[in-house]
Amino acid sequence: MAKKGWDEFEIGAMLRTFDGKIDNIAATQQEDRAYSQNSSYTASVADWRLIKPVFNKDYCIDCQFCWIYCPDVSIISRDKKLVGVDMDHCKGCGICVEVCPTNPKSLLMFPEQADEESVIANWPKKDEEEA
Amino acid sequence: MSEMKNIKNLKEFSTSADRFEGANLLCPGCAHSIIVREVLNATNDDLVLSASTGCLEVCTAVYPYTSWDASWIHIGFENGSTAVAGAETMYKALKKKGRLKQPERTPKFVSFAGDGASYDIGFQWISGCMERGHNIMHIVLDNEVYANTGGQRSSSTPIGSSATTSPEGKKSYGEKINKKDMMTIMAAHGIPYAAQVSPNKWKDMVKKIQHGFAVEGPVFINAVSPCTTEWKFDPKDTMHIADLATDSLVFPLYEIINGQELNITYRPKNVVPVEEYLAAQGRFKHLFKDEYKYLIKEWQDRVDEKWAYLQRREEARV
Repeated sequence: MAKKGWDEFEIGAMLRTFDGKIDNIAATQQEDRAYSQNSSYTASVADWRLIKPVFNKDYCIDCQFCWIYCPDVSIISRDKKLVGVDMDHCKGCGICVEVCPTNPKSLLMFPEQADEESVIANWPKKDEEEA
Repeated sequence: MSEMKNIKNLKEFSTSADRFEGANLLCPGCAHSIIVREVLNATNDDLVLSASTGCLEVCTAVYPYTSWDASWIHIGFENGSTAVAGAETMYKALKKKGRLKQPERTPKFVSFAGDGASYDIGFQWISGCMERGHNIMHIVLDNEVYANTGGQRSSSTPIGSSATTSPEGKKSYGEKINKKDMMTIMAAHGIPYAAQVSPNKWKDMVKKIQHGFAVEGPVFINAVSPCTTEWKFDPKDTMHIADLATDSLVFPLYEIINGQELNITYRPKNVVPVEEYLAAQGRFKHLFKDEYKYLIKEWQDRVDEKWAYLQRREEARV
């Protein structure tokens, strides 16, 4: 990089989130948007996670508490129904499990390497004491 | 004026298309992004945003990535609010001259800042924006510490909290100066709307944000943002700490209209002792040593006094 004088310093950077034009972004869900490579949507923080949330739709009542309290926009909710967890953006904080009101909880944290099918098959039963 | 977004319940709210993206570098369990999502989803209008230096800014705009799906700018530590105010002035000028390409669109101008950038460093700039009457909203993500640079005290840090520049130890119980009452200071500018919000009360939050967007003039919002790193609690407990903060009345939720009319918007059914709020966080751990126990009682008295004051103000409408 060439040496710069005091009045030649770098101006800021401008990043474009989308490739092309989006007219009504507030009505366009994430999967329908043309993200550019500058959007962090295209990045992944999956390697931050030591434990991961597993979603069991059998117990879910679609209250959407996990959707509103997820800090990483990782709970995917479409048409008022919970669809699943976005594993590229989830950092494994566990807030979704804490705010889940069902009994047994429909989201639980498991070690990252756990097999999703087998943990759903061995899901804990209803806890009478807590109810 | 565009139509206000109709949000009756959480299911309806969940159909919103997020304009804030994941894979930002905020800590797991950070309340900043919860607050930002609740604010951005409260409207369908276009957004013109800024962020002052702080956790939110450094974590959501790490070159070559951006986590924002709306116009967003960052300049310096202190001038996030004035950057948005400038954009708003330009918008007004172009509108007056009839040079807007899409005059039917009504963008909302929002500036996000941490408590360091609002209570200390950007104080004068925010005060100027409030005084000049720009049609903007300034939102403070109040985590009571300079969390971005390693936890130095800010003027929002409460008494007894251990921060890197006010550590607890043999001779000290941590921060000794009381938290600045920013809400009253901002309301004293005579702005149309000032409110204190918390992410765990999303409905109250959305209502206040929508009211703030609807009024003409500057709006000040103070949002409590539990910080898992500096308040020292487990990332999964963020909402639990926010619940304790609102239910113990350490962070009472209220609004001040036109600098005068004060309304308390949330009255907890069961008020939790302040001790529980303090005990849940590592930054207050030393207060439970015998020699500092008297501070817990002082905390409780201070919170009770403030709550009584708010109630008196609400009743007297001044």
